[in-house]
Amino acid sequence: MPSSNTSARVLMQGNEACAHGAIYSGCRFFGGYPITPSTEIAEGMARMLPKYGGRFIQMEDEIGSMAAIIGASAAGLKSMTATSGPGYSLMQENIGYAYMTEVPCVIVNVQRGGPSTGLPTKIGQADTMQARWGPHGDYNAIVVAPASVRECFEQTVKAFNFSERFRTPVTLLGDEVLGHMREVITVPEEGELEVISREKPDVPSEWYHHFEVTPNLVSPMAAVGDGYRYHMTGLTHDSEGFPTAKISEIKRKLDKLYYKISRFYDEIVQIDTEMTEDASICVLAYGTTARAARQAVHMAREKRIRAGLIRPITIWPFADEHIREHLAHAKKVLVVELNMGQLVNEVRRIAPRHCKVEQLNRYDGEVLNPVDIFKKILEVK
Amino acid sequence: MVEATKPEDKQTSDVTHQYLRTKKNFPNVWCPGCGIGTVMGSIIRSIDKLGYKKNEVVLVSGIGCSSRLPVYCDFNTLHTTHGRSIAFASGVKVAKPNLKVIVVTGDGDCLAIGGNHFIHACRRNIDLTVILINNQIYGMTGGQCSPATPNLAYATTAPYGNLEHNFIPVDLAKGAGASYIARSTVYHVQQMDKMIVGALQKKGFSLVEAISNCHTYYGRLNKEGDAVAMLKWMKEHAMSAKVAKNLPPEKLEGKFLTGLLWDVEKPEFCEEYEKLIQRLQK
Ligand SMILES: Cc1ncc(C[n+]2csc(CCOP(=O)(O)OP(=O)(O)O)c2C)c(N)n1
Ligand code: SF4
Repeated sequence: MPSSNTSARVLMQGNEACAHGAIYSGCRFFGGYPITPSTEIAEGMARMLPKYGGRFIQMEDEIGSMAAIIGASAAGLKSMTATSGPGYSLMQENIGYAYMTEVPCVIVNVQRGGPSTGLPTKIGQADTMQARWGPHGDYNAIVVAPASVRECFEQTVKAFNFSERFRTPVTLLGDEVLGHMREVITVPEEGELEVISREKPDVPSEWYHHFEVTPNLVSPMAAVGDGYRYHMTGLTHDSEGFPTAKISEIKRKLDKLYYKISRFYDEIVQIDTEMTEDASICVLAYGTTARAARQAVHMAREKRIRAGLIRPITIWPFADEHIREHLAHAKKVLVVELNMGQLVNEVRRIAPRHCKVEQLNRYDGEVLNPVDIFKKILEVK
Repeated sequence: MVEATKPEDKQTSDVTHQYLRTKKNFPNVWCPGCGIGTVMGSIIRSIDKLGYKKNEVVLVSGIGCSSRLPVYCDFNTLHTTHGRSIAFASGVKVAKPNLKVIVVTGDGDCLAIGGNHFIHACRRNIDLTVILINNQIYGMTGGQCSPATPNLAYATTAPYGNLEHNFIPVDLAKGAGASYIARSTVYHVQQMDKMIVGALQKKGFSLVEAISNCHTYYGRLNKEGDAVAMLKWMKEHAMSAKVAKNLPPEKLEGKFLTGLLWDVEKPEFCEEYEKLIQRLQK
């Protein structure tokens, strides 16, 4: 396997690219439990981490994996886990703990068909809403979704950057096809992609508050053992981390969790579009599905249909304003997903009045191919 | 705040006091007479005895009355999710092996919802010290049955007596491969101090089972009396493993063994991983 720091053109699998992206980001701890179709990420990390002075641990289940990466991140290492639907469900309580205690970490969910054990070796996109609303309670979430092998690398780096920058868990939503697809990519050179690390406190320990509400809402983070002795709890807490039942402090904490992300919406939203300026019909899709959607849009253009593509790369927060702008002149938007209709409801929520929302869904473990989408464009245009 | 030195001539309460977060968090949540506070004192004295710096000590707990212990102590403290403390602690320790990582857990937290993490941690042999506060019931949620509730004992979810059978945590740990196993009670405080000191010094996975009283629920539901009566029961039924070795079986009838029960050497995970890194980076 190539090292992460060469600019060589190499044939790489999506899951491998994700592991290399993690190493590039400075991820030095991985805790995981094997599950198809994500296992190559764990295997790659087991092989690479010790070479980079990092640590890999195979835990007894995904609940333990999530707990271990939160512990390791609290102790100062950039940390990651990777899984698929069943494991992602098991992780939810501890992901909620990471939201609450503001511990950065990255969770990769290589989606399969569901529910339950579902289709271990087939594709699905039915965890789109779970990635936003999985853990109980109120919080805000950042979720990114690559659509190529090179993007698996880049978006893993982005996921780490967002998690470190905003002190929050970030989910990377992949899928079975993308995870196992091989493409020739140019591996980013060292320094080519921005790598962000959490801000550390620069005050004496007596003044340090682990959950201080700063002007930009994100608190500097000391690692366990750095000499700042603090308390961390999933109970609602004050700025020092101690449990609180004071109404004002409860609200302040929850506001912080929400606004530290929503306020930086412009920094977090990533969206890829094609030919939307004059489009009368826009196709909106993410991940593997967006690849087929792109081709369908080109097929439509050849038939002189003014079609355009909207591909959210940041899925959550949902790119309300950006998408609305791209729909400014469209009469129709066709939302294509490998589920029974999840993002389509977000699009309905934000679509301008003049723009009718249509949907195309598949949920039998197969991909939607360009012809399927093209036909739907013809039908609804 | 000053780092604790070893004040031989001071009262134990003075020693303890230096390690408490006195400005916040008190009064504590525990019922008067609850044994958990005694375990807290024992943990603090052991750390003080070994001269560990506050900054290098990490207390990790799950959820329960016993898991509330860390918040009162001036160390690095992580109060995590129910049953998962050992998995969190594993992440902390593997990431920063120079830290002294101590897990504080209850019988429900450790043996029911956390049972899987517990046995795997025994087997994996990461250098953690687990203090299992066993009060034989779920205290925090109001007296429900736990995996340590004896057969036929009463709990709010076993109103006609417990039909199940309890774990013996020290035997479970031994079967699962722990390196160091000890047991004591909140009556035998000096012995408990010694066992915790031993566990902290051990390189490898250590378990100290601290038998404690939940008079509020276990005592009341099983007519075992108040805190004092339950401590008396511990005094009368505990038998030092050292003493027991030389006694005929009939003298051990109805007793449970305390003290150091198991101590073996095996390679520790973090040390082995460090060796692997050195080998691969050569
Ligand atoms: C996932 C989850 N399930 C259930 C609970 C509710 N709960 C809180 S404490 C507890 C039992 C604690 O019992 P034990 O570990 O024996 O501690 P004790 O209170 O007796 O010290 C339970 C079931 C929870 N907090 N989280
Ligand atoms: S309920 Fe039981 S375990 Fe909890 S504080 Fe009271 S006596 Fe202690």
